[in-house]
Amino acid sequence: MIQAAVHSIETFGSVDGPGIRYILFLKGCRLRCAFCHNADTWDMKSDDHRSADEIIAHALRYRPYWGKDGGITVSGGEPLLQMDFLIELFSKAKQENIHTCIDTAGEPYTDDPAWHEKFETLMSFTDLLLVDIKHIDPKKHMRLTGKSNENIMRMFRYLDSIGKPIWVRQVLVPGWTDDPDDLKKTRAFIDSLHNVQKVEVLPYHNLGAYKWEKLGLNYPLKDVTPPDEQMIHQAEKIMKG
Amino acid sequence: MREEWRGFHKGHWTEDINVRDFIQANYTQYEGDESFLAQPTEATVKLWDAVQKLQKAEREKGGVLECETEIVSTLTAYGPGYIDENLKDLEQIVGLQTDKPLKRAFMPFGGIKMAQEAAANYGYTVNPKYDQIFNEYHKTHNQAVFDAYTPEMRAARHSHIVTGLPDTYGRGRIVGDYRRIALYGIDRLIAGKQEDLLNCGDGTMVDEIIRQREEIADQIRALRGMKKMAEIYGYDISQPARNAKEAVQWLYFGYLAAIKTQNGAAMSVGRISTFLDIYIERDLKEGTLTEQQAQELIDHMTMKFRMVKFARIPSYNELFSGDPVWATLEVAGLGQDGRHMVTKNDYRFLHTLENMGPSPEPNLTVLYSKRLPDNFRTYAAKISVATSSIQYENDDVMRPIWGDDYSICCCVSATETGKEMQFFGARANLAKCLLYAINGGKDEKFLDKKGNHMQVGPEYAPITSEYLDYDEVMHKYDLMLDWLAGLYVNILNLIQYMHDKYYYEAAEMALIDTDVRRTFATGIAGFSHVVDSLSAIKYAKVKTVRDESGLVVDYKVEGDFPRYGNDDDRADDIAVWLLKTFLTKIKKHHTYRNSEPTTSILTITSNVVYGKATGALPDGRGAYEPFSPGANPAYGAEKNGLLASLNSVAKVPYEYALDGISNTQTISPSALGHTDEERKHQLVNVLDGYFSQGAHHLNVNVFGLDRLYDAMEHPEKPEYANFTIRVSGYAVKFIDLTREQQLDVIARNAHETL
Repeated sequence: MIQAAVHSIETFGSVDGPGIRYILFLKGCRLRCAFCHNADTWDMKSDDHRSADEIIAHALRYRPYWGKDGGITVSGGEPLLQMDFLIELFSKAKQENIHTCIDTAGEPYTDDPAWHEKFETLMSFTDLLLVDIKHIDPKKHMRLTGKSNENIMRMFRYLDSIGKPIWVRQVLVPGWTDDPDDLKKTRAFIDSLHNVQKVEVLPYHNLGAYKWEKLGLNYPLKDVTPPDEQMIHQAEKIMKG
Repeated sequence: MREEWRGFHKGHWTEDINVRDFIQANYTQYEGDESFLAQPTEATVKLWDAVQKLQKAEREKGGVLECETEIVSTLTAYGPGYIDENLKDLEQIVGLQTDKPLKRAFMPFGGIKMAQEAAANYGYTVNPKYDQIFNEYHKTHNQAVFDAYTPEMRAARHSHIVTGLPDTYGRGRIVGDYRRIALYGIDRLIAGKQEDLLNCGDGTMVDEIIRQREEIADQIRALRGMKKMAEIYGYDISQPARNAKEAVQWLYFGYLAAIKTQNGAAMSVGRISTFLDIYIERDLKEGTLTEQQAQELIDHMTMKFRMVKFARIPSYNELFSGDPVWATLEVAGLGQDGRHMVTKNDYRFLHTLENMGPSPEPNLTVLYSKRLPDNFRTYAAKISVATSSIQYENDDVMRPIWGDDYSICCCVSATETGKEMQFFGARANLAKCLLYAINGGKDEKFLDKKGNHMQVGPEYAPITSEYLDYDEVMHKYDLMLDWLAGLYVNILNLIQYMHDKYYYEAAEMALIDTDVRRTFATGIAGFSHVVDSLSAIKYAKVKTVRDESGLVVDYKVEGDFPRYGNDDDRADDIAVWLLKTFLTKIKKHHTYRNSEPTTSILTITSNVVYGKATGALPDGRGAYEPFSPGANPAYGAEKNGLLASLNSVAKVPYEYALDGISNTQTISPSALGHTDEERKHQLVNVLDGYFSQGAHHLNVNVFGLDRLYDAMEHPEKPEYANFTIRVSGYAVKFIDLTREQQLDVIARNAHETL
């Protein structure tokens, strides 16, 4: 059985998907978002390896709390970097009738047929995706994350074409992602999709800064303060309409 | 049927005193939402405003507004008292402990020294004549207990291996069935007790019979006293209540009788909500009461519960800080026939937290089950999110044991209303006991007169190895627990004997069946630390650090070990073992008046005091640091989030801790959901999940750390005047805690933010 590279487990996730979620954080991410609060998940290396069976058995201990909405959310890191594991995990989860959700930035998405075939299989076991829009503007996306957003946009289109429900999430970083014109473009993009169930604006916070320092890295947003109520309200007005 | 009972369904209750039967035959379930609730009336706003002013003045005076120094508190010691003479016509429900609001009564029967000290602590001097009366002419409970203590008991008390003993104040925890006064009137209750007296014994005067005859006579005297007390306020409670207002008032007079005569550590109100709803429903149907008036009755009664005060000594306040009285009051629950017992009145009681703001008292307790209506669970969760003033207890584990008419008699302990009483018995410090096992009964902190470590426990052979061996520690711990259990039970036997003799709760017992069942409530302190310490010894390597006398004073842990609070059976199994072992040892011993021994894992704020008296432990907890409270996992032990922690506590079997397993959790609003709408539903999910696994109790606080810091630094801000937080089994105003306890609460919650 495939062993996942695990970062950590949060048994009480209440803001990453519907209801109460068992959140599995996986290791590994190729984006380098300046505001990342989980920089310690970038590296693929992990001391904690677990099989799908182990995770399912563990997650089921929390089923009494899930009510009718809760379930498993896989986050990270970038979960789509461990797709073979995800397919195994979610196929078993569906056998147990567990609601499945992936929290992704879509970075690994490609049209490569072998990769895409796996992705299609994974989607057949996935109930919901929480997809980040790091930035709508390709250039600014590059500056913010170190990668292009072109393939990510294609993933949005693909998910739309198969009618897979998604929640769109935009992290609001003052000076980086709060330009009203950009937000309006994001909104227009969302409006062109038919599978968006919910739009969330996540205010940037600096609680992950210490992790950069621990890793010996320079935290790029040292001078950025979290957005205030008014800025959040402004952004929500644009994003949620 | 009697005219006062018009419209009620007949049953056994019409012939015999049986309030439960009355409730089951007559209550009206409510499944709707909170939209019917009424805003506070003008009278409520005015009166509550006056009470808040008094509370502010009380705080400004250092915690006590006024102390009685001349009059010994009895049922009829005072004339009538009101919140405010000018507003007295607005008070729907009347009756104060003394002649003035928030004035603390003089209650010397638990111990004259303590009563004098309590007054002196706030700058008052008790009339010196009482010195002679209560020392020379008649002794008090406290003196009697100390007369009989053995040197070993005194040493154990001194070293705090047993702590919080009710040997200087009332033992409390007895809930009179105050509803009986409303349903039957005092005269019927007197007639019942007179009949019991006639049938008590066959004339052969053995100890048991003599004592019981005297007690029944005292109860009858107390019932007569209650009638007189009510007359002082212009009411005749000899007959049943005729309407809702009288029912609330009659019932409150019963409770008032208890708090005028006893200063117990917990003075619970009991399960009154569904009962009173029956009267309110009748009046609503008859058109003699509006919803607004109904809410006013409940608000005014609750206001009175918020004003209950006792004069306490400083060491008591350290143990139970924030001036609590545990006026615990329950709502909801299910009946034995499967019907839920949620009525509109259960909403009204929770709604007092909206109408008059958050408050630690009464200690509002939801008897929870997943089978309660969705609307009610969601409303309770909504109030929790807004006020952090509610605790939840699992009706599904309590109902099979205590039936469907139990009350919570302390912070979390159940007792069958009107059928049972409890001998409250503080806690044994099982963490210190582990240290005694390692050090051969010598105390790690307290020294004897020669300056050596005090020999408190038996002089068993200490552990001499550098590294602790699990099997050796377990063997020695088992022996030391045997000793502690025996000593502890006997200390309590002695205390309960003297309490019955010198400070008998005649008023409360008058409202309980003469043929009463008694439980003997022991308790455990230091639970999570013992579990983690044993786990460290078993799964890691623990090296001892000794002082010059060879006594182990510190421990170095090498390697990792599973901790209680992560849903890891390796640690959680030790927790279950510890509880079962302790209770089994307790049960070996004779308990006073053939009471049934139970135990609890609940340490109020006393976790700070117990910790202060206890040296370093093998789990890494430093010397004299606070214990984690109740059955909570140690601070920072949990690594997999809230639910893993809850699952660990849920494994501790309630059947072995029938006196309660308290768990306090603080959740920051952002971790619970983005909006209040989301938060209340998520909280319902948490409660459903936790209790469906057989867990017993949960205190829920919803606020962030920033709020605690700000309240600690700026207690004068008006928004913090009633800022209530829940701590192991009760609620407290945060600004009433000592700074040390505030820091402890903050430390406990610090890990929640990341």
